[in-house]
Amino acid sequence: MSKELLRYLLTRFGQLLLIIFVAVSINFIIPRLLPGDPVQTALARLQATGGAQNVDIQAVSAAYRAKYGLDAPILEQYFNYWLDLFQLDLGVSFANFPEKVSTMIGNALPWSVTLLAVATLIAFSVGSLLGARLAWPGSGRTIKSIVPLMMILTSIPFYLLAIILIYFFAVVLKWFPPAGGVDTTRIMRLDWATTEDILRHAFLPCLAIILGNVGFWALGMRSQMVSVLGEDYITFAEAKGLHPNRIFVWYGMRNALLAQVTALALSLGSVVSGAVLVEVIFNYPGLGSLLYVAIRGQDYFVIQGVVLMLIVSLAVLLFLVDLIYPLLDPRIRR
Amino acid sequence: MTDKTKPILVVEELNVHYDTGKGPAKAVSDVSFSLLPGERLGLIGESGSGKTTMATALMRLTRAPGRIAGGSVKLDGRDILKMSTRELRETRLRDIALIPQGAMSSLNPVMRLEEQMIDAIVAHKPGMRRAELDARVQELLKNVGLAPEVARRYPHELSGGMKQRAAMAIATSLSPKVIVADEPTSALDVVVQRQVMQTLGRLQDGLGAAVVLIGHDMGLIAQFADTVGVMYAGKLVEIGPVRQMIESPKHPYTRLLVDSLPGIEVKRELTGIPGLPPPLVDLPPGCSFNPRCPLAFDRCVRETPLLQEVAPGQSAACHLYPEHAALPPLPPMTRAHQELRP
Repeated sequence: MSKELLRYLLTRFGQLLLIIFVAVSINFIIPRLLPGDPVQTALARLQATGGAQNVDIQAVSAAYRAKYGLDAPILEQYFNYWLDLFQLDLGVSFANFPEKVSTMIGNALPWSVTLLAVATLIAFSVGSLLGARLAWPGSGRTIKSIVPLMMILTSIPFYLLAIILIYFFAVVLKWFPPAGGVDTTRIMRLDWATTEDILRHAFLPCLAIILGNVGFWALGMRSQMVSVLGEDYITFAEAKGLHPNRIFVWYGMRNALLAQVTALALSLGSVVSGAVLVEVIFNYPGLGSLLYVAIRGQDYFVIQGVVLMLIVSLAVLLFLVDLIYPLLDPRIRR
Repeated sequence: MTDKTKPILVVEELNVHYDTGKGPAKAVSDVSFSLLPGERLGLIGESGSGKTTMATALMRLTRAPGRIAGGSVKLDGRDILKMSTRELRETRLRDIALIPQGAMSSLNPVMRLEEQMIDAIVAHKPGMRRAELDARVQELLKNVGLAPEVARRYPHELSGGMKQRAAMAIATSLSPKVIVADEPTSALDVVVQRQVMQTLGRLQDGLGAAVVLIGHDMGLIAQFADTVGVMYAGKLVEIGPVRQMIESPKHPYTRLLVDSLPGIEVKRELTGIPGLPPPLVDLPPGCSFNPRCPLAFDRCVRETPLLQEVAPGQSAACHLYPEHAALPPLPPMTRAHQELRP
């Protein structure tokens, strides 16, 4: 078995590397196809804020181009891009010169990762459990009545949900702050006040993502569970005189989850892109907001850095799911 | 020990219906029989005759849209159909066990065989220690002729015959008094079929359990069973000792079933039974078999025959009795019969 397992792992790892290579290349090309000149934009902004009066724009522009290597032939730029990547050098932001892109991403990453991981995990587990109960013949009418609610939730895009949540909980009820990751006046320390502040800010974005996803997981799990419950091994488990709870978890959910995990792997992309929008709406200091601002300012290196980050983390997540899957399904372990 | 002359399982007037848009489909209707400890009863019938529905109903495993519409299944005097869910759970496997039809798909694909076996034992004997459980698992596997290392395997690593044996090991893990074997050899090749049936026979001898063997293969059932029951369109149409049933069947349907068995000595054209079983939602009036019966007469269309004793230990549901002492010879099949459709 171990030999096959090793081959499986190596194949998957090879795929991971290939995905990253393609992603990096595409990521290099795409921003260079965008209309507009980033250097001009950056300079125009400088001028507008009064930072660059009486300067020879042409000269500065040329200097910038030379500095960032935008004058070099495209292949050379591409080669340099790879070289820089290996040194974790993602360039410098135009808009927030001279801040390094890697620093900006480093600051934003923990916010996004925590928010997304927690929200997705909650949505996935709550949704799957709900869906399984929905399909279980033993569950009551109350739980079955939430099906329409789930359907409505899945059909509302979660940025819309976010706006509704902000309106009710932040504007009308004022229970939670409407935006940001933490109070602007707060000095970050490792104490309860800071933690509470962060949690309060994270609550609404988290809720938006959970509500937007839970219906999807619940409905998916329900249909999986219905088909699993029709299997012969469920009848046989009943014939063995097992407790219904044991059948529900170890014979029902355990098998229905296989397809759910596959669905999780497949939907990670949309989960991430959806979360980007949620971050923008809540002005959450994560990668999503960073990307949004960068696109508006045509901040080349930041866009590249964030998108690369997203793609690589997606590829790594998929790789992890592939690693977990054989643990869940012994039939894959060969 | 249990009294060998007192039936261990008594089924009375069992009715199982499937609710359909066109009214209830009576998959099992008014079936009654009883089983002595250690007896081997074979139930035989065509597809759609209600065999599997019956097997599941005996363990109260009937699922919607099916429902048990009436009757009783008394196991050692206690009615399975009236037990509380808790009692029912305790009774299953401990007193009455199922060897499922689709052994191929009856094992949980994500659990090792030993886990599934231990699961079953622990559900009934929560106090058992791991070492005892392991020993029991090994013993059970040995009983069904499986190697000890099979315990650590997953179902997809087992062959069809091995899975069927594994299911038998689970079914016998608590030494039940009654084993319901629902076509345990379907989807297996004849060699494996034979091995599985031998194993089942050996297990049954060892446990002294009564067995209800359900199937459509007259030959297989005749080899195994002491008593044979024939089902047609949800009803038990004839039941009796196996030898009598083969040598002098009393119901025309049983006769036709026996005649359709191919022989080795005399090579002849294979005969079937013309026509198809009637749809269960729309049974013909009177005897359900009358449209296909070569001996049907006017009473068969008007009146439903009841099971009556026609020979010692042998009962048939047919209007030919008690007027006739034995089944009259069947008229040769006419072309009209061959083309008969229900």
